Amino acid sequence: MKGGAIIWRVASFAVAAGFIALWQLVANWKLVSPVFLPGPDRAWASLLRGFSSGDLWSKLIGTLEHMAYGWLAASIAGIAIGAMIGSSRPMRTYVAPSLEFLRPLPVSAIIPVAIAAFGLTQGMALFVIAFGAIWPIMLATIHGFAAVEPRLYEVARSLQMSRLAVIFKIALPSASPDILAGMRLSLTVALILSVVCEILAGLDGLGHWVLLSARAFRSADLFAGVILLGVTGYVTSVAMSLAERRLLAWQASQR
Amino acid sequence: MTLDRAKPLLLPIGALLAFEGWARATHLQSDSLAPPSEIVVALAGALADHSILAATRDTLFATFAGLAIGSLIGLALGIAFGISDTLDRLMEVTVEAVRPIPSIALLPIALIALGFGYRMEIVIVAFACIWPILILSRAAVRSVEPRLMEVSRALRLLAAQRVLKIIIPAALPRIFVAFRLSAGIALIVAVTVEIAINPLGLGAGIMLAQQALRPDLMLAYLVWIGAIGYALNMLLTVAQRRLFGRAALSGDSL
Repeated sequence: MKGGAIIWRVASFAVAAGFIALWQLVANWKLVSPVFLPGPDRAWASLLRGFSSGDLWSKLIGTLEHMAYGWLAASIAGIAIGAMIGSSRPMRTYVAPSLEFLRPLPVSAIIPVAIAAFGLTQGMALFVIAFGAIWPIMLATIHGFAAVEPRLYEVARSLQMSRLAVIFKIALPSASPDILAGMRLSLTVALILSVVCEILAGLDGLGHWVLLSARAFRSADLFAGVILLGVTGYVTSVAMSLAERRLLAWQASQR
Repeated sequence: MTLDRAKPLLLPIGALLAFEGWARATHLQSDSLAPPSEIVVALAGALADHSILAATRDTLFATFAGLAIGSLIGLALGIAFGISDTLDRLMEVTVEAVRPIPSIALLPIALIALGFGYRMEIVIVAFACIWPILILSRAAVRSVEPRLMEVSRALRLLAAQRVLKIIIPAALPRIFVAFRLSAGIALIVAVTVEIAINPLGLGAGIMLAQQALRPDLMLAYLVWIGAIGYALNMLLTVAQRRLFGRAALSGDSL
């Protein structure tokens, strides 16, 4: 069986390589103007050139920084606020419905408001990314807290645990699958909002890089930037999955 | 009972009143905030001169056009991958390589290839919608009752008949859930593209209001965009419940 899986994997890579070859042929025969579509060879060369000169490194690090700060801020605030709301019944009845109401709001619509308040600055980007990324985490935390096995709360009451002890010893651990799923969702949101903020505010990052490349019709650089953004999205989501599996290992063994 | 239903409303109403009172007491002068009463007036004005309605039409047109194209592509691929395990395994690396690209990163490519306007926005929205539909409809097709597939084989249905008569009806409730989720994504992406670069629709309207230093109008747009998002989600949730009842709930946790 194991050998079969490897063969499928190889075949799957071969198909992907076939698509790249097709892309190369389309570019070589100039079926699409090279102004819009560089071949994979040119995109790859641009990627290597960008990394060896350090340009792309600094842009990549810029984007990762925006993403990480915003996402971390959202995670901390989201879990804290979610725990506060989720662990108290009055808060759940009075506050949670308003939050549910705000959930379908396209978060990018907050960008103009943030620009008016903070100007085209790093602070604006941080606010927007954190604001966008906080929703899935906060709502997941509230949901996770509400779904804790009620008997555990009864145990806590009979042990006369304090509210903080209940949150840290019972509610947070049993809500952790929900919270981690929310954090994973937020990661994507944070990446998208980072790119949008960089495009709008001209902050140092891949979003700014791809926009400048497009404006100057340097399509190879543009594709290099887009490929790098795809890699960023992929690597962060894989890292999150690994962290999730690691952190939830105790739960899998329990069931 | 009526008191219970009113409870969730207390917080927003209280917050709005407090904000109104604070803004009046301090004679608020700001580029980013405006008292709720002025926001309502600005919203009424924008509704009266139809500017916000025209913008809504543009945004929704791009949203639904992109959603339709993305759903069709995603559904076709999802059904194909769901039926044929071979195809699914062969395409796995390709799909996993393209999927993580943030839709908004395609914006500059679409910009130089298609220029400003509907087409560029529709392409980006469609790209964003393909993946959730593909993945959820693939899962829906795989979970079709195997005995139904045996029936279709016993009846010697052609592949096309099998898809139209057995697979799509059986998987439809979960496919609709995927469609509802994608509709929300489509609206978000459309507004984001408009805010970032495309001079069209609600996103451009809110940016323009910000640049014109009209915080009341800007916040009116924000409220309106929120209401559109809420209404779209509400409409599709109700439609889902009406059309499929409990059948659709099984896929909702995805």
